Amino acid sequence: MSNFLTSSIGRKFLMSITGLFLVMFIAVHLLVNLLLIFDDSGELFNNGAHFMATNPLVKIMEPLLGLGFMIHIIWSFFLEYQNWSARPVKFNQRKPAGSSSWASRNMLVLGSLVLVFLIIHIINFFWVMRFNPHTMGTVNIGGVEMEDAYTLVSDLFKGSLLYCIFYIIGGILLGFHLSHGFWSAFQTLGLSNKNWLKRLQFLSTVYAVIISVGFTVIPLYFLIKF
Amino acid sequence: MADKILKKLNIKVWRQNRASEKGKFETYTIENISQGSSFLEMMDILNNELIEKGVDPIAFDHDCREGICGTCSLFINGRPHGPDTEVTTCQLHMRKFNEGETITVEPWRARAFPVIKDLIVDRSAFEKILQAGGFISVNTGGVPDGNAISIAYEDAEESMDAAACIGCGACVAACKNSSAMLFVSAKVSHLAKLPQGRVEAKKRARNMVAKMDELGFGGCTNTGACEAECPKSISILNIARMNREYLVARFSE
Repeated sequence: MSNFLTSSIGRKFLMSITGLFLVMFIAVHLLVNLLLIFDDSGELFNNGAHFMATNPLVKIMEPLLGLGFMIHIIWSFFLEYQNWSARPVKFNQRKPAGSSSWASRNMLVLGSLVLVFLIIHIINFFWVMRFNPHTMGTVNIGGVEMEDAYTLVSDLFKGSLLYCIFYIIGGILLGFHLSHGFWSAFQTLGLSNKNWLKRLQFLSTVYAVIISVGFTVIPLYFLIKF
Repeated sequence: MADKILKKLNIKVWRQNRASEKGKFETYTIENISQGSSFLEMMDILNNELIEKGVDPIAFDHDCREGICGTCSLFINGRPHGPDTEVTTCQLHMRKFNEGETITVEPWRARAFPVIKDLIVDRSAFEKILQAGGFISVNTGGVPDGNAISIAYEDAEESMDAAACIGCGACVAACKNSSAMLFVSAKVSHLAKLPQGRVEAKKRARNMVAKMDELGFGGCTNTGACEAECPKSISILNIARMNREYLVARFSE
């Protein structure tokens, strides 16, 4: 196993494993976030956020998630550099549009844009909730004192058209990234055959649309309703 | 039916004297080319004219000219083997081009495929990968009786489909990462699907992938461009199979 992670397939293995881990995370993340739009009093979302913040399993997964993000991001730049240097003299004319999808050719671009979104998104919410909770208001729901995460989130969307648009674009970019990344991860792990390739590609599109629509609906909801 | 004549074409072609020299594009004009002629015939006619003018003819690889040997290459108008699907350059016809068009002709571009001269690249990297494991070294005995070794129809078909690879290198040229995974996976698959090749499947996947990496090909990002541009339509499912073979081999070490 000595040079496994530096072999071409080993490098991709790490990308797909971390990618699938993030795919699972994003589904949980969306589920909790959708609580935002089903209860305007914020009770539902605050309960959800409180559960996530205090659940021991989530506490264990948090550093793992951070590690997953770090590996996926840092490794991608390393991989792309190696792939890029496999062609020192570039083609003068290239017409790749007919033979591959735009998203598949621009995973690094999409990923980098999602990273920019991610950093601002973390500054907006995660950083405040995790490290500066005293700056947030508190609410008492059913006798339990908890941070008012709902107000933090809804105030951002209610107060700024720019942030709404920014989060909508973020959701769309993530969707494109997933539309290729989801099935690509299975293909890399060898978990695809002549029946499953088409199914995985279909699932990939469905998943990307669900995630993309799910995350864009939240800012849209605040934009339209308030 | 008489073929239409293309009265004038501009051929923008890569000229490079030798590996160590810098190359550049030259544009030549060629007249009265029948649309019924193949792309390589057009190149032959152009070369004749260049020789008559005392210019060094354009060097390009070709052999069987019937699409089965894998010798011809050329990156034509931004696509390996030109603007047609499931054919090699020798089977590409001039009817795919229009009057007055400028046709850009480039060699395969990859670190592992250095240019030797003009449009000829050194594809011996593929040979080296084959030498690393694209063979069966177990003793398979004499010629077996028919049906003595039963092979499922599906397996035989998949093996033969993978064996259709002619090793032209279009997959490497089509790939944005210059990855050779379609080629290597076709070679891994066509042997791994048969009982004689099964014996050394793990070792083969490990050695061929290691050699591929050593020679400086890029990694696969599953864009699928290789399959779309492959003159033999080798499926990317072979890449999934190679990944599986390789991962199993490495994890069982």
